[in-house]
Parts: sequence; C-alpha cells; structure tokens
Amino acid sequence: MSMSVLYDAPGPKARRRSLTISVIGGVLIAAGLAWLIFTLAAERTTVAGAKTPGMFDESRWDIFANPLVWAQLGKGVIATLQMAGVAAVFAIIIGILFSFGRSARSSWIRVPVAVVLEFFRGMPVLLMMLFVLLVFSTGTYWAGVSALAVYNGAIIGEALRAGIQSLPKGQREAGLSIGLTPVATRFLIEFPQAFRQMLPIIIAQLVVLLKDTSLAYIVGYTELLRIGVHHLSNTVGNRYFFSLFFVVLALYLAMNLTLSWIARLVARKSGPKLGTLTPGAPRVPGGEGTQAITLVGPGASEGEQGGQHH
Amino acid sequence: MNAVIENLPLYFEGFFVTLGLLLWSAPLALIIGTIIGAMRISPVASFRGFATVYTEIFRNTPLTLILFFCAFVLPYLQFSPGYFVLAVIGLTLYTSPFVAEAIRSGINGVPVGQAEAARSIGMSFGQTLSLVVMPQSIRMVIPPLINVFIALTKNTSVAGGFFVFELFAVGKEVANANGNAVIAVLLGVAFFYLVITVPLGIFAGRIERKVAVLR
Repeated sequence: MSMSVLYDAPGPKARRRSLTISVIGGVLIAAGLAWLIFTLAAERTTVAGAKTPGMFDESRWDIFANPLVWAQLGKGVIATLQMAGVAAVFAIIIGILFSFGRSARSSWIRVPVAVVLEFFRGMPVLLMMLFVLLVFSTGTYWAGVSALAVYNGAIIGEALRAGIQSLPKGQREAGLSIGLTPVATRFLIEFPQAFRQMLPIIIAQLVVLLKDTSLAYIVGYTELLRIGVHHLSNTVGNRYFFSLFFVVLALYLAMNLTLSWIARLVARKSGPKLGTLTPGAPRVPGGEGTQAITLVGPGASEGEQGGQHH
Repeated sequence: MNAVIENLPLYFEGFFVTLGLLLWSAPLALIIGTIIGAMRISPVASFRGFATVYTEIFRNTPLTLILFFCAFVLPYLQFSPGYFVLAVIGLTLYTSPFVAEAIRSGINGVPVGQAEAARSIGMSFGQTLSLVVMPQSIRMVIPPLINVFIALTKNTSVAGGFFVFELFAVGKEVANANGNAVIAVLLGVAFFYLVITVPLGIFAGRIERKVAVLR
C-alpha cells in the first residue's frame, strides 16, 4: 500500500466518510454507465416510423458466430500489424541515423539534420502519408509505412540523441584512450548504452506508431478499421455496423494495451539498473513520479511508476 | 507555386477551421483533463479507479477510431449536431487523458519535502494542495501541456478525413485539382501547420528555461 503525505492517516470517522463518498461516487459512475448501456439497448423508432432493435439485441451480434467474419477481422489485424512492424523496423533504423547526424561533430552535418528533424516532428503524420502517396505514387501501404517510419524515426532519433548526450564524458574518453576511432567509440561504447537507457521511450513510441497505423485508413489502406467496419458491414448489412465497430475497437485496445504492458515491463526491468550505471541520466518523463503525493512503501506499486510515459 | 497563390483564400478558410477545432477542443480538453487528473489523485478510491480506466481506454484507442465513432457511429445512433461539433467532441475525448497525465506528473514532480513541510506546519489537505503544491506544479505543467496542444494541432488533421473541411482536406482537394504542383501545394499546407506549432514550441521552450532557473 502507498500512503499519502497530503493528509493524516485517516481515523475511523474519516475512513467511514471516505468509504461513503467512495460508494456514492461508485454508484454515480455505475449509474451513468448503466444509463448509457440502457439507452444503447433500447429499441428505437426511426424517422420513417420503423422500429429497430436495440444495440445489444441478438440480431445485431449473431454474425460473430460465423468464422468467416473472424477470418476477415484476422486479415485486418494482420494488415495493421504488418504495417506497424515494418514501419517500426524502419523507424528505429532512421532514428539511429538521425541521432548520429544530430550529434555529429561537424556542424555542417549537425545543423541541417536538426532542421530536417524539427520539420518532420512538426508535421501531421497524415499529411506526410498524403505527400508520399501523391508525390511518389507508392500505393497506400508504402505511403503509410514510410510516413510512420520517418515521423517516429525523428522522435526516436531525438530520444537517442538525448541518451548519448547524457552519458558521462568518461565513457567516450575511455573509448578514445584505448585507441578506438571516434566512430567505433560511438558505435561500441556510447550507442549501446544510450539505446538501453532510452528503450522504454522507444517502446512507448512504438505504441504510438501502432496506434497511428489507423491513420492509413484515411488515405485508403485496407487495414483493420476499413475491413472490419466498412467492408464487412457492406457485405453483412448495415444492421451490424455498431457491433462491428465495437469489436474492432476491442481488438485495437487489446493490441495497444498488450504493447503498453510490455513497455512498462521493460521500463521496470531496465530502470533501476541504469540509475546506478549513469548517475546523470535524463529521467524518463514521469518515471521518478508519485513523489509529493504518495510515499511508496516497500514492495509497493512499481507498476504505478512505469505507467506514465506515453 | 501559382496553384498555392490562386488557392490562398481556400487555404485561409481551412486554416481558420483548423484554428477553430484547436480553440474549441483545447479548452474543453483542459477542463475534462483537469477533472480526470484531480480524480486520479483524489483520496476517493472509486474516482481513482474510474479515472484510471478512462485514461487507459482513451489513450490506447487510435484517434482515427474515436473520430470514426463520432462521425459515423454517433449519427447512426441518431445524434448528429454536425461534423465540426462531432470532431471537436472526438478531439476533446482523445486529448483529455494526455492533459490529465501531464497535470498528474506535474503534481508528482513537486519534491515530497514541500508537501511534508506544509503538513508539518499544520496545513490541511486543501491548504497544502492550493497554497504549496499547486502553485509550484502549475509552472512545471505548462511546458508538457503545450506539447500536448502541439500534438492536438497536428491531430486536427485527422478530422479532415471525417468531413471537416480544414487544412488537410483543403490540401487534398487542391492537390487533386492541381496534379502538376502537388509538392508545392502540400508544402503550403505544411507551412500553415508550422505557423501554429513552431511558435507554440518556442514558447514552451522559453517557459521551460524560465522554470529551470527558478527552481
């Protein structure tokens, strides 16, 4: 359990009061949700006077007994994951190149790279997708992949650069003094440490990338949302529109929450070790968290701490 | 280049719609995000639980899906106040958990000694928060909040895919009409986005430096 320093340890009276408020609050929230569900479940009359069944009526959900529907949805999931996977690999490669360019010693390389990076980071991903699609006429898949790779690469590049910069000077000096060339020092000494240190941020960025694959829907790529909602509701009937959307949403949430969970796990695994390795390390935003509010007791909620950086 | 100059009125029209989306959804997201952030640190367990679930769900749902819900599913459920309003609702819902997280991490960033000192001189919960913790955390919250709003500016482009005629939609239309000048047309759109995001970024950086000196 964690304890707050903001108020005294509650006595029996205060505990009873806070329990009452908690119960009342819980009931209010539950009532709100129940209202939402009942409104959705209610039968409604259209303008023409025809009655349509409620959103949770069996006739709106029976298609999910059909394996063909799931096969289509599976195709959508694979299309989304494929785009995310390929884009993630390229994003990390581009990020590494950007970080090297950004921390180059010659300002002839450093300054233009910084400007390009700033430009990419300030652009909507969607605009970049449209740009690639129209200018290079690559087809929607590669338009999506390259825009996602460049945008997220720029952000990963900044993170890696911050990681390299935060390393103690001695690391580089030690590398040079044992006769490694500057390039070898960067690759063999500095970069591996920076990469490990920034791994939580990089994975958090990959969650964003996975989320952003859905932008490719707007430029016309057939991914989960398009297959799941447009194509399927065209074939099985508009009646299932709401149910299909609901299932697609659940699939997206499942994918993103799993990846977020992995990100948290990695952050926890690599966090404390790094603290001892490089004292001047930039903290993961919010990673040090929950200071003023909660005193974390021994063995207490570590998951709470990892959960803040997305 | 001519294509851009000829369509300048159209660009401005889109720019003002983008600005409108930003100016409506940013304050709304700020209000909802503050409420959610406050619930997240409140002593009441059920509020905390609700705020956590809300944050996790809306942060992990792609913006496209939220706007899709607003633009297609809400009208399907016979709620249709127009696509601009629907887009504002979607952008607000998507941005509010990020605001909540920024506020929460700002409060958590205040050193624990500050709260302890306030408590030890006998201040109550309300006094500690309003007189000691909040004034310090607001300064620390502003730079990340501005970053959230920069992201929101970029995110308004997604509304262009859902029947709101803002910058991105303008770019798409002008680019389709002027197939030979696509690069210039889209760079024009990019310029208008940078007009909003770059000053915000500079502002955030300046405030961040100021706060760093003070602390």
